[in-house]
Amino acid sequence: MIPAPFSYQRAGSVEEALDLVTEHGDEAKFLAGGHSLLPLMKLRLATPEVLIDLGRVPGLSYIEDRGGHVAIGALTRHREVETSGLLVRELPLLAHAAGQVGDPQVRHRGTIGGSLAHGDPASDLPAVILALDATLVARGPSGEREIAAGDFFQSLFETALAPDELLTEIRVPKPATAGWGFQKFTKRGIDWAIVGVAVQGHSVGLVNMGPAPLRAGATEEALAGGAGPREAAALAAEGTSPPGDNNGSPGYREHLARVLVRRALEQATAGP
Amino acid sequence: MTIIYEETGAEGGPEIPQQRVTIRVNGRKVIAEVEPRLLLAHLLRHGMGLTGTHTGCDTTNCGACTVLVDGRAVKSCTMFAVQAEGREVTTVEGLATQSELHPLQEGFKEEHGLQCGFCTPGMMMAAKALLDRNPDPTEEDIRWGLSGNLCRCTGYQNIVKSVLWAAEKLRSQSAG
Repeated sequence: MIPAPFSYQRAGSVEEALDLVTEHGDEAKFLAGGHSLLPLMKLRLATPEVLIDLGRVPGLSYIEDRGGHVAIGALTRHREVETSGLLVRELPLLAHAAGQVGDPQVRHRGTIGGSLAHGDPASDLPAVILALDATLVARGPSGEREIAAGDFFQSLFETALAPDELLTEIRVPKPATAGWGFQKFTKRGIDWAIVGVAVQGHSVGLVNMGPAPLRAGATEEALAGGAGPREAAALAAEGTSPPGDNNGSPGYREHLARVLVRRALEQATAGP
Repeated sequence: MTIIYEETGAEGGPEIPQQRVTIRVNGRKVIAEVEPRLLLAHLLRHGMGLTGTHTGCDTTNCGACTVLVDGRAVKSCTMFAVQAEGREVTTVEGLATQSELHPLQEGFKEEHGLQCGFCTPGMMMAAKALLDRNPDPTEEDIRWGLSGNLCRCTGYQNIVKSVLWAAEKLRSQSAG
């Protein structure tokens, strides 16, 4: 499968990337690891006229301890997140989930920023970022701004990023409650989640349970009110609108959400 | 190296944009003028005649097109050739020397790690990336390391044995 033709621009810095996107506007797309965008381009579901390759932009791949939070550069690859000693120690949920994205080859290319900016509700990391209450940092022509994870994901493949903004950093607070859980239900190891769940303390993020990545609000409220995992998990599908496809009907996904949220909460309670 | 594009017939039509890329492939420096949309897998296969890199599913699933880019296993059907600018690419053709098979190739031969052979180059390159960073993997490490590669002859059992065989041989070589 051959993508439609496009003009290729290689950005040497964040500033240059922003200049290029200002110049080309809606016709342009940023290219990071390419593991969300390339498959879509090969199917011609995406036909950008200009690709701005961020692969050479220096200084956007890092994982840094900043005291209360860990800052991760948007171009940090899943493999780096998966194997970072700092993240394994401070944010084991994120390190573990990054190691569940796709397969080794995908994790060698795909980036955390690319995955989040793509805004795919079937991706693992958006639910994790929601459960961890992360803050996303974007740079645009008018400067830098912070976006709370809860405001970032808006609809299917739609985020709060403006077309001329670039996601540069993800700031993940070190969790107050240590317990975490991650559950991903797939047909084969390397598949997208049919449903997935990320739990940190009493925060619960859901994969593939609606047009946008979302939190299990009713479950979180029940947990805050003192409910146990089993009782709280029974409410996991409330307020969701899961898709129906070859892998499962909406009703089946609702069932999976209840089961997987219970397992993830039990995992979080039991400890590692 | 020559890449031939079809005459589109469109007189005065849009020019096909070309981009120059310089890549080191199996130790050899290669300069190519490519369309930016050319996939790395196609540059290797059609541009350079390195047909050991197979394209199977063309959807980032099967791993038959796996090559090493700067030592890391990647699926070359999901990377533009222009993204490999300045990188070191290793394909299955880069494993053997003139006179000797690579221990991985020997292992696949000894342990019957292939039937039809279609997935084999990708399996070997994913295995090479794994062994380069983990010379003494467990069976489970190998299964996870090869989880991005599909074999439709259901030969996984022997593929895992082949990689274990190669790991042992490589260790004994480096010990010797």
